[in-house]
Amino acid sequence: MRRLLWPSVVLALLVAYPLLFATPFQQRLGALVLLYAIAASAWNIVGGYAGQVSVGHVVFFGCGAYAAMGAYSHFGLSPLVGIPAGIVASVAIAAVIGVPTLRLSGHYFSMATIAVAELCRLVVTNTDYLGAGVGLSGPTVPRNVFDLSFISALPYYYLFLAVLTITLLITWWMTNSRMGFYLRAIRDSERAARSLGAPASRTKLYAFMLSAGLTSVAGALYAMMFGFVDPESGLGILISVKMLIMAALGGAGLLFGPLVGAAILVPLEEISNNLLGGKGAGLTFVAYGAIIVLIARFQPGGILTLINRLWAKRRKAPVAATASGASHAP
Amino acid sequence: MSIILVQVIVGGLLLGAVYALFSSGLTLVWGMMNIVNFAHGDFVMLGMYVAYVVYTLLGAGPLLGAPLAALVLATFGVIVYFLLIRDIMKGPMLAQILGTFGLALLLRYSVFWFFGANFLSLPENIVGGTYEVMGLRLQASRLLAGGVALLVTLGLHVLLTRTSLGSKMLAVAEDSTAAQLMGIRPDTMQAIAWAIAAGATGIAGALIATFFYIVPTVGETLGIVAFVTVSLGGFGSVPGALMAGLLIGVIESLSGYLIGAVYKDIVVYSLFLGFLWFRPQGLMGRM
Repeated sequence: MRRLLWPSVVLALLVAYPLLFATPFQQRLGALVLLYAIAASAWNIVGGYAGQVSVGHVVFFGCGAYAAMGAYSHFGLSPLVGIPAGIVASVAIAAVIGVPTLRLSGHYFSMATIAVAELCRLVVTNTDYLGAGVGLSGPTVPRNVFDLSFISALPYYYLFLAVLTITLLITWWMTNSRMGFYLRAIRDSERAARSLGAPASRTKLYAFMLSAGLTSVAGALYAMMFGFVDPESGLGILISVKMLIMAALGGAGLLFGPLVGAAILVPLEEISNNLLGGKGAGLTFVAYGAIIVLIARFQPGGILTLINRLWAKRRKAPVAATASGASHAP
Repeated sequence: MSIILVQVIVGGLLLGAVYALFSSGLTLVWGMMNIVNFAHGDFVMLGMYVAYVVYTLLGAGPLLGAPLAALVLATFGVIVYFLLIRDIMKGPMLAQILGTFGLALLLRYSVFWFFGANFLSLPENIVGGTYEVMGLRLQASRLLAGGVALLVTLGLHVLLTRTSLGSKMLAVAEDSTAAQLMGIRPDTMQAIAWAIAAGATGIAGALIATFFYIVPTVGETLGIVAFVTVSLGGFGSVPGALMAGLLIGVIESLSGYLIGAVYKDIVVYSLFLGFLWFRPQGLMGRM
């Protein structure tokens, strides 16, 4: 039961957040934190647990976003209908590009995923059906509640919280299954894992497909909240970068790492954009770059790993203190 | 073959020589330390901005801009090596990728913040005009860029294969512990490799700036071009990078002419993926 303590505290705090911080800005901020936490948690399955640093996850994000907006603008359906379509398409794309790409290791995998993402962006930018450079829009005036077009950020907040909870439950279930053990073995040494009989290629592919499906949900939710998607907001390489940094800052390969990373970086970005206006966008990414460099150089395990280590030290320290105190006692 | 097609191919070769020059830097670092510099294209971008600043402040062209850019970038390369690369090289894969990727963002958006997102360019006539040789119209700036890039790339090859410095660097690349026992300092050699690699991007950037648009995000495209070149030419091989650079210049220029300018990046990226997927050892290199 003890292991459920922290997750329930976090969940309770997240449920209570919009009631404690009730201004529209704070609620919107909360919703964005959860949204990016969903995307980064989905990335974490491949990038964190399996150790395959994908910089192309924006392809799946964009796939979900375009499916949701496409369902509305091409077929007049609710963007919700686009979610399952986006998941199916993303999982299929992940299977197709995953088979050749996952054979590459380390840097080569990252480079290949960058190229896939840029290729998709260029192709979509030149495809009229997908709105080319302008993109696709959602409903401007909601026809009914199923259009999921709200003015307040509150409904989005609880929707995103539900999806994040499901994402984390899936991740948690995966890490405790056979697949999770395989993935960690592959991350530590693929060769050793293979030689002990772990089906490395198949496991990596399944993780990639699972991660792709969840990422596409994040993309669809993003498009619904903002009401449109274009090549830059749906397929720009910076979206991949955000997922990667948030997971790495919080702690890649830890269940709550991406949420912690999102809770730090999203407010940083929103506040700096608000304070500095358009000029802030550049500065935000300067800060992002600096943060990534610093994590890579000093704390590759992320903030949660650092906290865990300090925590373990503190728990040990009092014991040592009492022991030395006892020896001095008369 | 029509004269226009020849013109397109020659143009591609001249651009390809510049690609070869900055890709040589990437292949050197990659082959020697097995670390990929994701910020490599952004180093070229910095070289372009150095050339731009040299022009705005001093009114000088690439004759002064290129050596200055080489100097600035080489210094920067050494700093990056000692502050970042030396430590992340020993770290996990995630740290290696994050480290140079973060550096790329940092450079790209620092320049964006400082110079803005506008497309800048040097005046068209900064290096003479246009010559006509055997019916081919050649811009002096492209001729100069292609010629100098070719010479510097060949010089780099001679440096690596025919001098004692080159042998020492090769020794460190083969086995850094053994090299250390022979009295070669791996740290110094790797720092020199970073200086050379970054210096090469500086020269390439200053040369390409005379006829290319200058914008903070140009490093992304050029970085991918460098990855394609290196994966095509084989990791660690300067002659491989030269051949591959020329080839990619021609392919890019031909696809721009035959299919349309917007599709030339698509062709280059597809080529890259094709190579990574089906022939990861490159055209002539070894893994």
